[in-house]
Amino acid sequence: MAEKPLLVAKIRNGTIIDHIPAGRALSILKLMGITGKEGFTVALVMNVESRKLGRKDIIKVEGLELKPEDTDKIALLAPMATINVVKEYAVVEKRKAVPPRIVEGFLKCKNPSCITNQRNEPVRPRFRTASYDPLKLVCDYCGLALTFEDIARQLESRA
Amino acid sequence: MLRGRDIISVNELSRQDFERIFDAADEILEAPGKWSSVLRGKIMATAFFEPSTRTRLSFHTAMLRLGGEVVDLGEVEKSSMAKGENLSDTIRMLDSYSDVIVMRHRLEGAAKLAAEIAEKPVINAGDGSRNHPTQAMIDLYAIRRFHGRIDGLTIGVLGDLKYGRATNSFIAALAKFRVERIYLISPPQLRVRDDTRELLSEAGIEFKEVERLEDVIGELDVLYASRIQKERFPDPSEYELVRGSYVITAETLKGARSSLTILHPLPRVDEISFEVDSTPHAKYFEQAALGVPVRMALLKLILVG
Repeated sequence: MAEKPLLVAKIRNGTIIDHIPAGRALSILKLMGITGKEGFTVALVMNVESRKLGRKDIIKVEGLELKPEDTDKIALLAPMATINVVKEYAVVEKRKAVPPRIVEGFLKCKNPSCITNQRNEPVRPRFRTASYDPLKLVCDYCGLALTFEDIARQLESRA
Repeated sequence: MLRGRDIISVNELSRQDFERIFDAADEILEAPGKWSSVLRGKIMATAFFEPSTRTRLSFHTAMLRLGGEVVDLGEVEKSSMAKGENLSDTIRMLDSYSDVIVMRHRLEGAAKLAAEIAEKPVINAGDGSRNHPTQAMIDLYAIRRFHGRIDGLTIGVLGDLKYGRATNSFIAALAKFRVERIYLISPPQLRVRDDTRELLSEAGIEFKEVERLEDVIGELDVLYASRIQKERFPDPSEYELVRGSYVITAETLKGARSSLTILHPLPRVDEISFEVDSTPHAKYFEQAALGVPVRMALLKLILVG
């Protein structure tokens, strides 16, 4: 069988995020704080065939090396994602995204009676990872759990 | 060690913490006069953003009996909260005036936030629908006093198991001990939440959810009753339907063991009929009286060790 042509050129130095569930790449970019205005060359491939996932998205960012604390957030939306660090066209490091033990600031508690949902209190929502598979985050203040579906819904609705 | 600690939820307390408090409460009850100046010079601030009778008064009494002093935020409508001051700023103020803060709030996690802001220890006197740790201390201490032990007993918890913070904290506290079995008795719509089931399973406690008290009354050593909040029912007629099965009468108690004790965090509305008060099973008023020695023990352990 003839090899499929590459949709996007190889990158020289940077980060490739692979095995993103199909359709989530834009949300992942948003989560990583990449808006396109930073000047990095960003390539986004969506809905390509994948043996593991059926269909998947891939993100390539030229010139940006992501630290584990940046990439760990990715696991909240893409638990199967792999992060490849590329130097001089070669993958020099491959790691899996692992959900952070503590998630602070960017997810909202879904309990309307939780103190973190009070506008006039200086408090940032904070969650602890209670389970990795299936992903479950527990609000540090009220104890209510967010499931993977809750988290995905929140993050996707903002993308 | 409890000295300097915040008391936010039962989950952060160990069985040893509970037993240390119970032992101190025993000592206080044995020689009440001995403790009258243990907290001389200390000030407890109380801030109740939600109504309270027993909890507020028993904390005040406990502090005064230990020789300490009390400042109280008073009614929220008459304080700066009415001008729009938030909880965080109010707590900062109380923190600078006192040695320990006791608070109750409508919102879940309010006490946790207060504990993060305050340098002094914060005691949660009830927040939201989950946490009322000092009530759980009193409830378990009552069981220990009336039965001599907590381990090995069969306990029924009756009422609003979903939204009741006293029942939630009581069940979480029981999970620290080796009780024989827990019966969770409630209408289907007020059953415990999933995380309570997980908590009990993880602790290896045998429990069963049932709807009718009559089916299990004969097996119980302790019946912990609580108020079923009418307002929790979307349709008032549904409440009327279940109401009868959760009112404890002399008739209900016919099949009970003679040693059964009935506890209730109070206030009761109509879930225990007055005729039960004069039976040897009724222990809820004695239980409420234990609120003072238990809170004395806690305040002493937190403030001076």
